[in-house]
Amino acid sequence: MFDNLSQRLDAVFKKLKGYGKLSEENIQEGIREVRLALLEADVNYIVVKDFVARIRERAVGQEVMDSLTPAQQVIKIVHEELVKLLGRHNQNLNLAGRQPAVILLVGLQGSGKTTTAAKIARWLRTRGRKPYLSPADVYRPAAIEQLKTLGAQLNIDVFPSDPSFSPVEIARRSVAKAEASGHDTVILDTAGRLHIDEELMTELKDIKAAVDPQEILLVADSMTGQDAVNIAKEFDRDLSITGVVLTKLEGDARGGAALSIQTVTGRPIKLVGIGEKLDALESFHPDRIANRILGMGDVLTLIEKAQDTVDRKKALELQKKLKKDTFTLEDFRDQLRQIRKMGSLEQILSMIPGLNKMKQLKGLAPDEKELIQVEAIINSMTPAERRNYTIINASRRRRIAKGSGTTVQDVNKLLKNFATMNKMLKKMRKSNFKQFPKGLLPF
Amino acid sequence: MKRWIRKISGQDQDLETGLSEEDSQETVTEKGAAPEHQAAQAPRYGLFKRLKEQMGRTRGGFIRQMDELLTGRREIDRGLLDELEEILVMADMGVGTVQEILDRLRSEVKRHEIDDPEALRNKLKEHILDLLEVPAEPLEWEPAPFVVLVVGVNGVGKTTTIAKLAYLLREQGRKVMLVAADTFRAAAVEQLETWGSRLDVPVFKQRTGTDPSAVAYDGMDAAKNRNMDVVIVDTAGRLHTKVNLMEELKKINRVISQKIPDAPHEILLVLDATTGQNAISQAKLFNEATGVTGIALTKLDGTAKGGIVVSIAHDLGIPIRFIGIGEKMEDLRPFDAREFVEAIFSS
Ligand SMILES: Nc1nc2c(ncn2[C@@H]2O[C@H](COP(=O)(O)OP(=O)(O)O)[C@@H](O)[C@H]2O)c(=O)[nH]1
Ligand SMILES: [Mg+2]
Repeated sequence: MFDNLSQRLDAVFKKLKGYGKLSEENIQEGIREVRLALLEADVNYIVVKDFVARIRERAVGQEVMDSLTPAQQVIKIVHEELVKLLGRHNQNLNLAGRQPAVILLVGLQGSGKTTTAAKIARWLRTRGRKPYLSPADVYRPAAIEQLKTLGAQLNIDVFPSDPSFSPVEIARRSVAKAEASGHDTVILDTAGRLHIDEELMTELKDIKAAVDPQEILLVADSMTGQDAVNIAKEFDRDLSITGVVLTKLEGDARGGAALSIQTVTGRPIKLVGIGEKLDALESFHPDRIANRILGMGDVLTLIEKAQDTVDRKKALELQKKLKKDTFTLEDFRDQLRQIRKMGSLEQILSMIPGLNKMKQLKGLAPDEKELIQVEAIINSMTPAERRNYTIINASRRRRIAKGSGTTVQDVNKLLKNFATMNKMLKKMRKSNFKQFPKGLLPF
Repeated sequence: MKRWIRKISGQDQDLETGLSEEDSQETVTEKGAAPEHQAAQAPRYGLFKRLKEQMGRTRGGFIRQMDELLTGRREIDRGLLDELEEILVMADMGVGTVQEILDRLRSEVKRHEIDDPEALRNKLKEHILDLLEVPAEPLEWEPAPFVVLVVGVNGVGKTTTIAKLAYLLREQGRKVMLVAADTFRAAAVEQLETWGSRLDVPVFKQRTGTDPSAVAYDGMDAAKNRNMDVVIVDTAGRLHTKVNLMEELKKINRVISQKIPDAPHEILLVLDATTGQNAISQAKLFNEATGVTGIALTKLDGTAKGGIVVSIAHDLGIPIRFIGIGEKMEDLRPFDAREFVEAIFSS
């Protein structure tokens, strides 16, 4: 895992503690770190070049402010530029005009078009529209079946396509059918295709000519690398796309493709996909993606993730217990389980700004294997022991070790850590308890 | 990766290519202002146009610069290093790896181990080949039933790769069976079944929504009963960061070995060539969960180069087995490192 940009910049600028102006020379190394961070985030090489030039231009000559370190100042500029670039357009779907409105989804193979079609249908329905799904991928085996299944799950009507129809025919007929049956939006799913496949790109142009869609959305995988510029450029050139849907953003991709696509096409990112479930679609937040590209610790995502997986009732209970004095090994085990549901601990820590740099945390936070072991140890205790760990004497420790397939040392270590943690909690109760995200155990 | 973030102090610190201090003082000649500096001052006429120009320029520029460098006995200057870096980074090789390669090349030029244009080109390729070199057992497809477990994130081409692989093995006269253990995605079972009937290869399936490890478990029995040579298990796409889904995969892996000792014999991770740096994280976490033994790199028929596998092969020691170059059943090839490296340098 690379260190995040702000720490790298801090290191670079340490010698710049004094006052004065940021100059060409003294920001050089900092700019290089910015460049590296962007490349590591998959922003296209040439896009980075231009972007960095603009950052340099803005940074040089700025007064070093009292309130910010030079590192913070450069990051602020970078962040602002990113948000400006990514957020300069209206991001709403535009479905005005002739009804039924048509949304055409296009993109490479495997980018997530079919799932996105179903998600958009659901999204529109919750916003009062009457969507109609149209599967026009007649090439990939069972692609039509896939959309029909998703439609059935959502209880949204799907045009009865068949692989023997032509995609243009499907498009035209489904619009007619939608109109006749009182639907106001047709969402057209198309086969994945390469931007250099002329024949298939022509097919899309024909569909466009046939049904004149209000929205032509390029569905792009957020894990896309340098090639994002070529893909976006070609789809936009052939079809004049109206926007982009960025998929699979719930993973750990840095999402530099967003910046690349935005730069070469100038088209807004309108929606993002954040999971396999059909409600996992969101509007786009430029500031969040900017943080992510910069590797700055996506606290918002972290909190969302926590809220997503942590059982809310349990979290509340725990919150209460932490505040009172009743945090037991049983609660600890619950907490471990919640954490394991959220992702690897290292990954979670890396999302918290400041924490990811603290080397000593590495030893403190148990790794995945340890978590499993700790859980096994707690499982081998009696309920009474879990409620009050102070009763666990030597013979009990031996029994627990045996029961959990661990050693007495392992058990000792856990109990010692747990005791330390309780002490820490006590201290925190007195001071700044509020600073921890809800439901997260402060290791 | 850290290696290349090291500080460069001294007057040549605007070499963004991460030259070591020593290098930067001895062999680098600064020629005027940095390009980025010029870019900053140039009037900003359409960024898009500039991008296009720069993209078009890349390849020709690289060859020309390299020839110039060697025929004219020019020192390595920033421009050349940038061009080299550009080609490699744009192939998704990742800045860290690219830097390592350039570092090696630089010291060889300095020691005069390279003295003609052809040699430099070849040396660069050799270095990449070096990184791709992974000691690994070749795939022999035995003992029977030889079990292949196919894993990867959503949409990379797992199911299609399985169909292609089945075709290849069937052509070699082996009895192949497919197991539909993607019981999650809508119509995933139907997708595999369609391929099965096209290929005339049996597909073992249960209902969508069944526990995938139960399908895998029963699938092993079916394969044994029917005396299959090779059985390929399709799994649902999953993001490597989802702990519960990775646990599910471990379980599938486990039940397969319960049924057939030493199986799965091959755990094939499918990676999409269009993916950037995230492929490293994918490979790492799938490897941690299941012990990946080979990689299939798909979608190389597009314009993406898939350079990220260079780092993956090198860092994790996982061999690249196959490449996918299209959507048809014939579109699978054994990985050929030389061919792959040539393709990085072709436009
Ligand atoms: N162009 C191209 N498309 C591919 C290749 N391999 C798979 N695909 C396509 O990628 C899409 C997703 O493939 P699929 O096998 O369903 O992915 P899975 O979700 O990983 O099982 C399908 O449209 C495939 O036809 C390849 O090598 N080249
Ligand atoms: Mg599949």
